[in-house]
Amino acid sequence: MPNMPPPTPAATQPHDTPGLGARSVHQEPGAKTLLATHDLVIDIPARPPGSPLDLTVDPGQCWGILGPNGAGKSTLLQSLAGLRAARAGTIEVKGQSIATLARAELARRLGLVFQTHHDGFPATVLETALIGRHPYLRPWDIESSEDYARARAALAAMDLADLEDRMVDTLSGGERQRLAIATVLTQDPSLLLLDEPTSQLDLHHQVAVLNRVQAIVGLDNRAAVLVLHDVNLAARYCDHLLLLFPDGQACWGPTATMLVPSALERLYNQRLSVGEVDGLPVFLPRNE
Amino acid sequence: MTRSFLLALGVLLPASVLSVLVALAYGSVQIPFPDLLSVFFGEASRLHSTLVLELRLPRALAAFAAGGLLGLAGALMQVLLRNPLADPYVLGLSGGASVGALLAMLAGLSMFSVSAAAFVGALLSTILVFGLAHGTGSWTPTRLLLTGVVVAAGWGAMISFILAVSPTAELPGMLYWLMGDVSHARNPYPAWGVLVVVALLALPFGRTLNVLARGPMQAAALGVAVRPVEWTIYVVAALITATAVTQVGAVGFVGLIVPHMLRLIFGNDQRVILPASALGGGILLTLADTLARTIIAPEQLPVGVITAMLGVPVFLFLLYRSR
Repeated sequence: MPNMPPPTPAATQPHDTPGLGARSVHQEPGAKTLLATHDLVIDIPARPPGSPLDLTVDPGQCWGILGPNGAGKSTLLQSLAGLRAARAGTIEVKGQSIATLARAELARRLGLVFQTHHDGFPATVLETALIGRHPYLRPWDIESSEDYARARAALAAMDLADLEDRMVDTLSGGERQRLAIATVLTQDPSLLLLDEPTSQLDLHHQVAVLNRVQAIVGLDNRAAVLVLHDVNLAARYCDHLLLLFPDGQACWGPTATMLVPSALERLYNQRLSVGEVDGLPVFLPRNE
Repeated sequence: MTRSFLLALGVLLPASVLSVLVALAYGSVQIPFPDLLSVFFGEASRLHSTLVLELRLPRALAAFAAGGLLGLAGALMQVLLRNPLADPYVLGLSGGASVGALLAMLAGLSMFSVSAAAFVGALLSTILVFGLAHGTGSWTPTRLLLTGVVVAAGWGAMISFILAVSPTAELPGMLYWLMGDVSHARNPYPAWGVLVVVALLALPFGRTLNVLARGPMQAAALGVAVRPVEWTIYVVAALITATAVTQVGAVGFVGLIVPHMLRLIFGNDQRVILPASALGGGILLTLADTLARTIIAPEQLPVGVITAMLGVPVFLFLLYRSR
């Protein structure tokens, strides 16, 4: 059910290419919505309010947020995580308004990977992954062997097992980014919010990270929202897309209905060539 | 974490006891170790008993407590500002305390009032620095550090002014206080109470501080209520700095050197670094004060001279190495 607030470019021309991205969502009866926003308007200073967002992220869904630089993708993600006050509207996580949820409880329900990471007092890779357990521990608790096992499993999933004793400030950009993802895997929330998780990764690790996200979303009662810059990866891994235009307008719906070349061209202000690989559309910038 | 915690305590607790024993044994008169033991566990000469129990012990305990408080304050402020250069002295807290104390001395008030005025001065300076750094814009560690440095310079000017208009007879006492002086400390027990209570209360929040060191947004995403935690650190750091400065005057750089050295040895886990900084600060100031008493005995150096001679190179090294 494409949900299109006017004016939207994509509503007119549904794209019915079936494929990975548009895989059917198996939803159990009575499954609870993980994330719902009602008339949410994010707050970007000195910009008129954009489209009110009424999003519903259900278990099993993987959402991609696409948009040009400065459109407010990160602000939206941080607003969804309750880290920024919205200009208007409400956000519910697992049916409960985030305004009434304690921070620690919210951190058990959703986890966010940021684009940048601060390591003012660098710790080891393993210690950094272990802070993902913080929301589950009481002040006087010490990480249990189970917490260590979770952190080590997450590091292994991100190909970082050999680096667990390295200091984080000696990691390369891509390794640091994989560590941030390993930390959120250790946190193990129902809802993963990832801000450009693949931006610094080589091709293999881009696919590895997105495969991992897809595997997690396939588990019980999980979902993910990803900010991506790569339309082609979004087409392959996301079942829903949200297009965020520079003026704050937005439209969203199942991936198959959103991958309209004219809409993407308007989104990025860039002419595109469209091809097809493995039955899925491929978008490349056209240089003219 | 448990291993480095036990290792840190296993090294630093005996070292703490040892540092106090050294402080008791050395001075203008050197007391051999067997005689020192007999002061506590047997018959000792009247002179030794008086020297150890009435002069050196209160002074050593005061130095230890003040050093511990300064080490802890430094460690807390460094996490709060996410900057290893933060220190109560650098941030101008000690300067505010000094101005308070000097004004009280100038007015000819009692020793107790001087302490109280130093306390008020440190708190005032904290409110000033954090209030100005907050301002209308965003709250950034760099801005806070710069504000602190400039406010410290302002306190420095006020100190010069007070010294310039003070009667000559008052000057030696004032100068000693400014450079840090443990010889006035008579009752170390309130400072010990504060040190023990704060160190024990800080322990369970070590992991929260680890998360906070990753930046406020990351900490909030991991379930930390950032604002209340930051305000608590800031108030506690101000209170313990004020308590320490009230004891020993404006001793600088303990809060800078100690956590830095301990991080090099034990890593960056605040659950280890906070208690270790309390012990390490105590050890450093106790030994520095012993050195200050013995190096040109029977004359005494202000202990702040010794900590500054250690601290300035460490500060410059840290600054040089940081990007």
